[in-house]
Amino acid sequence: MQLFKKPTTFDFMSKRTMAVTFSALLILISIGSLATRGLNFGLDFTGGTLIEMGYEHPVDLAVVRSTLEEAGFPEAVAQHFGTSKDILIRIAPKEGKSNADISTTIMTALRSVEEDEVEMRRVEFVGPQVGEELTNDGGLAMIYALIGILIYVGFRFEYRFAIGSVVALVHDVVITLGMFSLFQLSFDLTVLAAILAVIGYSLNDTIVVFDRIRENFRKMRKGTSVDIVNASLNQTLSRTIMTSITTLLVLIALFVVGGELIHGFATALIIGVVVGTYSSIYVASASALSLGISKEDLMPVEKEGDDLDHIP
Amino acid sequence: MLNQYPAWKYLLLIVVLVVSALYALPNLYGEDPALQVSSSRNTAVDISTQESVRELLQDADVPFNSILLADEQILVRFADTEAQLTAKDVVKEGLGRGYVVALNLAPRTPDWLRAMNASPMYLGLDLRGGVHFLMEVDVEAAVHQAEERYISDFRGLLRENKVRYVKIGRYIGKEGDGAVEVKFRSAEERDKAERLLEKEYPDLNIDDEDRGDAYFMLARLEEQEKRETRKLALKQNITTLRNRVNELGVAEPVIQQQGDSRIVIQLPGVQDTARAKDILGATATLEFRLTDETHDAEEAARTGRIPAGLKLYTQREGGHALLKNRVMLTGDYIIDASSGLDQQSGSPAVYITLDGKGASIFSKVTGENVKKLMSVVFIERKTETRIIDGEPVKTRRTVEEVINTARIQEQLSKRFQITGLDSTKEAHNLALLLRAGALAAPIEIIEERTIGPSLGQDNIDQGFASVVIGFALVLVFMAVWYRGFGLVANIALTFNLVVIIAVLSMLQATLTLPGIAGIVLTVGMAVDANVLIFERIREELRNGISPQAAINSGYAKAFSTIMDANITTLIAAVVLFGFGSGPVKGFAITLSIGIMTSMFTAIVGTRAVINLAYGNRRVEKLSI
Repeated sequence: MQLFKKPTTFDFMSKRTMAVTFSALLILISIGSLATRGLNFGLDFTGGTLIEMGYEHPVDLAVVRSTLEEAGFPEAVAQHFGTSKDILIRIAPKEGKSNADISTTIMTALRSVEEDEVEMRRVEFVGPQVGEELTNDGGLAMIYALIGILIYVGFRFEYRFAIGSVVALVHDVVITLGMFSLFQLSFDLTVLAAILAVIGYSLNDTIVVFDRIRENFRKMRKGTSVDIVNASLNQTLSRTIMTSITTLLVLIALFVVGGELIHGFATALIIGVVVGTYSSIYVASASALSLGISKEDLMPVEKEGDDLDHIP
Repeated sequence: MLNQYPAWKYLLLIVVLVVSALYALPNLYGEDPALQVSSSRNTAVDISTQESVRELLQDADVPFNSILLADEQILVRFADTEAQLTAKDVVKEGLGRGYVVALNLAPRTPDWLRAMNASPMYLGLDLRGGVHFLMEVDVEAAVHQAEERYISDFRGLLRENKVRYVKIGRYIGKEGDGAVEVKFRSAEERDKAERLLEKEYPDLNIDDEDRGDAYFMLARLEEQEKRETRKLALKQNITTLRNRVNELGVAEPVIQQQGDSRIVIQLPGVQDTARAKDILGATATLEFRLTDETHDAEEAARTGRIPAGLKLYTQREGGHALLKNRVMLTGDYIIDASSGLDQQSGSPAVYITLDGKGASIFSKVTGENVKKLMSVVFIERKTETRIIDGEPVKTRRTVEEVINTARIQEQLSKRFQITGLDSTKEAHNLALLLRAGALAAPIEIIEERTIGPSLGQDNIDQGFASVVIGFALVLVFMAVWYRGFGLVANIALTFNLVVIIAVLSMLQATLTLPGIAGIVLTVGMAVDANVLIFERIREELRNGISPQAAINSGYAKAFSTIMDANITTLIAAVVLFGFGSGPVKGFAITLSIGIMTSMFTAIVGTRAVINLAYGNRRVEKLSI
């Protein structure tokens, strides 16, 4: 089976003003949301306590809440998690009170009002000093990844490509973060890992396109830069879509059957893969193009020498 | 001729495939509930221990599958967890202290695989259940304690040499830096003291300070000594924590230093986190001091006027006590302690055994003080981080209580008992803590992640299901899309999965839930290399090139693209690993391994199969 029977000849670059407007709009919305609503940081970053308990029968949240209140935690948030037999309790770090003993106190309180066995499924406690470090380290990790990639691409290709790919990456990361902010999805450590994986994935996609652009600049004797970029995008189009589909297939499997703990991770990657696919077609090439890549930049001197030898 | 691989490449592939399959194999066998017996100290685990364990189990009619002695550990396997739990009680009771009896899951790897060192992947705590603690050691407190020790040393030295001072105490500077501060009435007395102290303690930095008409001397520890103290405190804490974990009876615990002041503790299979926290975090120790009988303690507490040479304490049962400044004995000399009931009063008691040095000190001081009152002081130091005005602030608290006061009836020596504890549980815990040794500096749990056994199993099931479903979807999709070539890619993908599992098993890297997600993602992304190659071949075919040439140039042209694309993803994975906190590291590991193995299987693996199918003959049409 083939996606396109004949080689496609879409004129991607003629619509680049539209694409840039669209991207700019998405980025504005994302930044706007990040600035006003911020990210819904999970426990990993904010610190605090999280307890997941499993009951043998459906449990009434009102009873749980009043128990928590009596135990001295009126600020605790209780909700069902997955099924009505499971509950999740969150306690934000509070002035003057935050330590590892909170979970023990709460579990004892919950067990004391319940006749049947209450099973501890998960306890997470993150002290205030750890959360702060993670936020800093996480931001740093993202910057290091971007710098590392910039250096590699700059070294392998040309600085304009490097800038183009980093523009595309920043675009993808900002929009993925923006979606998490807009829909107030919980942002935890696994989501951060997913975003770093998005950086890797989106770059993978961009590199493939750039590789072809470079090849075509050297091979195609006729045509403007825009024509060459268009031709390259068309030649790589079915590969770009195919790889996105296979990756999305496994991500959807992960999203549907992977369980609650991996939900945020799968969501971030799904958003990232979709946005990354779009950006490697439009954003990366358009930025490289507007920075003025041309045939001369990509013609390595030694290669020209090789060509001459072949002239009879 | 085009599209032929030399024999050595096929050989290489076969070797990699066979080795990978062998090392991935142990993961299919599952695990037996087991009991692990090892020595905690002063005991040896040998054939005779093995025989006594066997007899204990046979006498109690607990069925077991096998019993094995290896690496100074005895491993008993059971058919079910019920037998395992009964056996734990029986063996623990029967062997007595000195042995660590822990529940464990033993891989059912057959002997011939074990002989070549093949073992299943190591499951992370989020998959097998258990507790993860990150502890921060308050290393500064160790420095404070060192300063406290100098205070009592100075006091003794100055008194012995008849140098008069007004007051001696700890000084805390504006930046939280500490020193020992001594106040003198005159500059001459101070000079005398300084000469004495400089000779005795050449490592201290001693400065003068005049405030009004008071003459002060400040003695500071050198930076080098502070650093050493901090390092030593951390090291000693790790040792103590290891002893305590042994006392808890945990199989395969992890106790590791992280950074300058942190310790990671992982206890697989532990469910009772409350007890684990109590035992690990406790800083309880004991001190023995003489009790003053000439002054009224209650009056001293009321007025705040404490007679010289004495220190005011609260009593656990209420009220106060005045104890002598001089410590008769500290908990450091205790080598063994056990709990029980006092035979006369029936109240909880702790039986203590001292080491040789402790015994000689204690028999000397108790011999000199027969018929006098002696108090046992229970000391607990706690460090807590509280949020004050939005900022984490470290607070330190020391609880010092007199738990028992009794008249010294006779000279005490190596063995004696103390009472005055609230419950048998407290006696039990105190005995454990005294046995395991005191922490050199207080610790605080700054991160806890506990996963219950049912959630761990759920995570394994869901993780496994997502690998299987994601994998199946990709297989079907590739077969439909690229037909014959798609099937070849599928063989490579399966091969890739086997290699990833084999590498993870060989490295004994920890598999976590995000790690499984990394494997799933690798499956999705690994086909990318094949997609690149196959699309390129189709393109070449459309350009009218012969099938054989198309295969050749498709592989050749896609190669550098694949390398570039994978190396950039690898950069992201390496950064992730460097940043890696716990579970995220697992994701980075599986992702990196997956990228590297997939390049091999997707390029060399598929080419080998395609060459076998099409190479060296006339081909009219490719199944692509």
